[in-house]
Amino acid sequence: MVQRISREEVAHVARLAQLALSEDELDAFTSQLAAVLDHAADLEALNVDDVEPSTHPFPLKNVLRVDEPGEDFNIDEVFEVAPKVEESQFRVPRILGES
Amino acid sequence: MEATEIAKKVLSGEMSARSVIEQHIEIINKIEPDVNAFNLVTAEQALIDADEIDSKIASGETLGPLAGVPISVKDNLCTRGIETTCSSKILEGWKPPYDATVIEKLREAGAIIMGKTNLDEFAMGSSTENSAFGPTRNPHNLERVPGGSSGGSAAAVAAGFSPLALGSDTGGSIRQPAALCGVVGVKPTYGRVSRYGLVAFASSLDQIGPFANTVSDAALTLEVISGHDPRDSTSIPEKPLDISGVLNQGIEGMRIGVIEELSGKGLGGISKDVISRVEEAIKVFSNAGADVESASVPASIYGLSAYYVIAPAEASSNLSRYDGIRFGPRTEAATTAETMTATRTKGFGDEVKRRIMLGTYALSAGYYDAYYGKSQRVRTLIMNDFAKAYEKFDILISPTSPTTAFPLGDKTEDPMQMYLQDVCTIPSNLTGHPAMSVPFGSGEDGMPVGIQILAPAMAEREMFQAAKILESESGKDIE
Amino acid sequence: MDSWETVIGLEVHAELATKTKMFSSALNSFGGKPNSNTDPVSLGLPGSLPVLNEKAVELAIRVGLALNCEVQKSVFARKNYFYPDMPKAYQISQFDLPINKEGWLELSDGRRIGIERAHLEEDTGKITHVGGGGRIHEASYSLIDYNRSGVPLIEIVGAPDLRGPDEARDYVSELRSILVTIGASDGKMEEGSLRVDCNVSVRQKGDKELGTRCEIKNINSLRSLGRAIEYEAKRQIEIIESGQKIEQQTRHWDEAEGRTHKLRSKEEAFDYRYFPEPDLVPIEPSEEWVKEIADSLPPLPRDRRYLLAETIGVEPTETSLIVQRDLDGFALKAISFKANKKRVLVHLENNLADGTGELTPEAFASLTVMEMNGELTATQTKTVLAELVRAGGDPQEIAESHGFESMDNSELEEIVDRIILENSDDWVVFINGDETERKKKSGFFVGLIMKETRGQADGKMVNQILSDKAKN
Repeated sequence: MVQRISREEVAHVARLAQLALSEDELDAFTSQLAAVLDHAADLEALNVDDVEPSTHPFPLKNVLRVDEPGEDFNIDEVFEVAPKVEESQFRVPRILGES
Repeated sequence: MEATEIAKKVLSGEMSARSVIEQHIEIINKIEPDVNAFNLVTAEQALIDADEIDSKIASGETLGPLAGVPISVKDNLCTRGIETTCSSKILEGWKPPYDATVIEKLREAGAIIMGKTNLDEFAMGSSTENSAFGPTRNPHNLERVPGGSSGGSAAAVAAGFSPLALGSDTGGSIRQPAALCGVVGVKPTYGRVSRYGLVAFASSLDQIGPFANTVSDAALTLEVISGHDPRDSTSIPEKPLDISGVLNQGIEGMRIGVIEELSGKGLGGISKDVISRVEEAIKVFSNAGADVESASVPASIYGLSAYYVIAPAEASSNLSRYDGIRFGPRTEAATTAETMTATRTKGFGDEVKRRIMLGTYALSAGYYDAYYGKSQRVRTLIMNDFAKAYEKFDILISPTSPTTAFPLGDKTEDPMQMYLQDVCTIPSNLTGHPAMSVPFGSGEDGMPVGIQILAPAMAEREMFQAAKILESESGKDIE
Repeated sequence: MDSWETVIGLEVHAELATKTKMFSSALNSFGGKPNSNTDPVSLGLPGSLPVLNEKAVELAIRVGLALNCEVQKSVFARKNYFYPDMPKAYQISQFDLPINKEGWLELSDGRRIGIERAHLEEDTGKITHVGGGGRIHEASYSLIDYNRSGVPLIEIVGAPDLRGPDEARDYVSELRSILVTIGASDGKMEEGSLRVDCNVSVRQKGDKELGTRCEIKNINSLRSLGRAIEYEAKRQIEIIESGQKIEQQTRHWDEAEGRTHKLRSKEEAFDYRYFPEPDLVPIEPSEEWVKEIADSLPPLPRDRRYLLAETIGVEPTETSLIVQRDLDGFALKAISFKANKKRVLVHLENNLADGTGELTPEAFASLTVMEMNGELTATQTKTVLAELVRAGGDPQEIAESHGFESMDNSELEEIVDRIILENSDDWVVFINGDETERKKKSGFFVGLIMKETRGQADGKMVNQILSDKAKN
């Protein structure tokens, strides 16, 4: 049987998720993910074309907030446990490429 | 001692909050080294809080229903200025600048936080072995797991560290450890309890709920933490629950369905002794005047498959913010992108990585419809089938977990075996319905067994009434 | 070159003028101390949850209605990608169900440009590159300020209906003017509250199929928009004419170099893994709410062009400049004081480009009447008008103070008669000549009369007298 996910796909997905995997990890993850996807194969037989997808368990709508400022927030509590702060900003190494 | 009793004695001045806390610290000091239920014990702060409660009582101030009651909270609930790690290296040392809504509500009610409990990293797991800070052990047998992911909270209550605890339940993470540790565990209706300040695993499935030794303590705790919160858009605009007032009304005439598909007939892997306890529970309910019949929820067997697409998909997105830029430890590299990758690679454990990748794959171009889209439709099928069942029944029952607590290391090598632990609990997360586990006797190995009671959305009261009946007969010879 | 057609579709992001952010109660205001207008939501801290700002929804609906869109039930989606200015590593946006769909915008020349959708999304933080002259590739490190993170944006996606840099600029001006008019945004392009991404492709004129497009980012002014389009169209035409194919790319406009350069190809495009945002619920604006918003909309630039045109009796294209200058209200007021409509149009277009200053609609109205009655010549009118703009006052008094006493007709007739007598040969040609000769002589006589009156005579009046006399 063809594996449901290839090693290359796992490598691609890891890149998308900003994770670096060793060769061994790639092998292990590939077979583990394939096993989970195999289990999910029982869904393939189900015809659900006429069924609407559910994104929320409880049907709420129009949950809105009045446009008024909230309580003051103390950013210093964030800076105290931040990895690197300079001039009240979060410092990061060089950024290559644009969004 | 029960929470309700502690609160009564503290409020009446019969006991000081300080003495309550001191007693519990003593138990923790003695047993915690074996159990490892906590990532952090906040004993010092708990004593300060206790003194404050005592001085308020001395000055005649009105206090909430949990005055002086110790409670342990899962370490994925934000506590201002107190480390909140999700049992992950990626959040080690992070102190949130705010309290979760449930933490605020607990404090208002007079509860005293004893510490932050261990969990499977980011609540992903069913044994609390996936913690970056070592596994929690089952207080009933230290060679067994406590279940998970809220294993620390379940163990804390079972070991007597605190009569109450909070956990979170995304696929069974409150109910399954409650069953394995022999305590009561409740997953309320989705939207009943605010998720504000709960570090998200799978946003459309996550719900906070209580652990307790008794059904009435669990009810009281749920009353305290429930209610509409404008900071959570999915919070249901309803008044806080009143369960305690109707708890002892009995179940005469209640229609109870036993879910065939989850009780051994549909799915394999449910152990014989667990099935026997379900059969005894049926007798207990019948004896109490309920009308118990077999119920069919055909689509429930697809729950596990749909869940292991939906939950990882949402998780893959929720866990993207752990990039080492604004909080948490950073693994610095030459560029920002490399820093993000290095931080995430080093900070996340294997199970978390597995689920992030599974979810990323399920959402990625070309696979969305086959996996995520399809699973959301199956989710609707499951909701429809439960709706049909609730036309005939007031509540449904099933085992909570297919087996009693298993030995540490038993399932760590095979993720799929671990995932099967959640097969009975997952459907309620997909539907958003309330469900709870009530301890009911034990298995052949002497370990606790839990019965799961499921109810339609917002029907927590009926669920608790049935739980109360079951509790009263637990451990007795059932005729 | 002439056989090519440039096809342009614009994606415009506008910051919505709310008090607080899209999903939290932190202030929608930046430029102050870095990270001072943040909170757990705009920093993407663990456990934080978004709650939608009602005002942002209202403003989005205003935009939709002003762009003739259908306002529909909508849901938010997560657009997942890692970038340090994006604190959650996903942007909350709208994907398959935007709040507004399928509308149009009318350019000042009357051509309608399709609007595919106008949806809500949140803004990102701001990155400052330190060292290397602030350029991204040479910087030694960067600093991030999340004050802008979570500011509400509306993204207006236009159809590929624009056909050149001028139209593209006109589209953006018109759109900007609409956004400002309805109070949705301050529309300041230079300050980044209005941002334009531009999709450009080229094809042979007459072709129905669209060519492969490139998206251009980093356009910061209307001027750069025009330059970038011109550059990009030329680049694409050269590639095709040299026998190569256009590769679908995202390109970056470099203002200093005056060129675009490649950011990434389609293959390298992000896989955004959109899925419905589980932390938010659908928005389904009630009919009453939408109607209430529709009723509260001020007249739009297009309506104003049409109203003024109808009042004056000209084509709407002729009133677009006045509406653009926001002088149409003034014009209508003046007309309500019985101003001469055509003169109002002429003066507002030609003589009041810098605004009306101290000029009142009443004074403006009487001035145009004086002009039409021949009490002032065109030149004198301009002088009085300038004075009125500068210091206000009464046109009659100003005219008098300048000694602009218009000649009374009998005095003028005397002069005309004398000149006719002195130039009787020319007069005969004027009366009996063909069209060309008549025109020539008319100019000759008007010139002499004006010279004689030192410009005090009204040109129109002179012509009138001349033609009256010719008939007799």
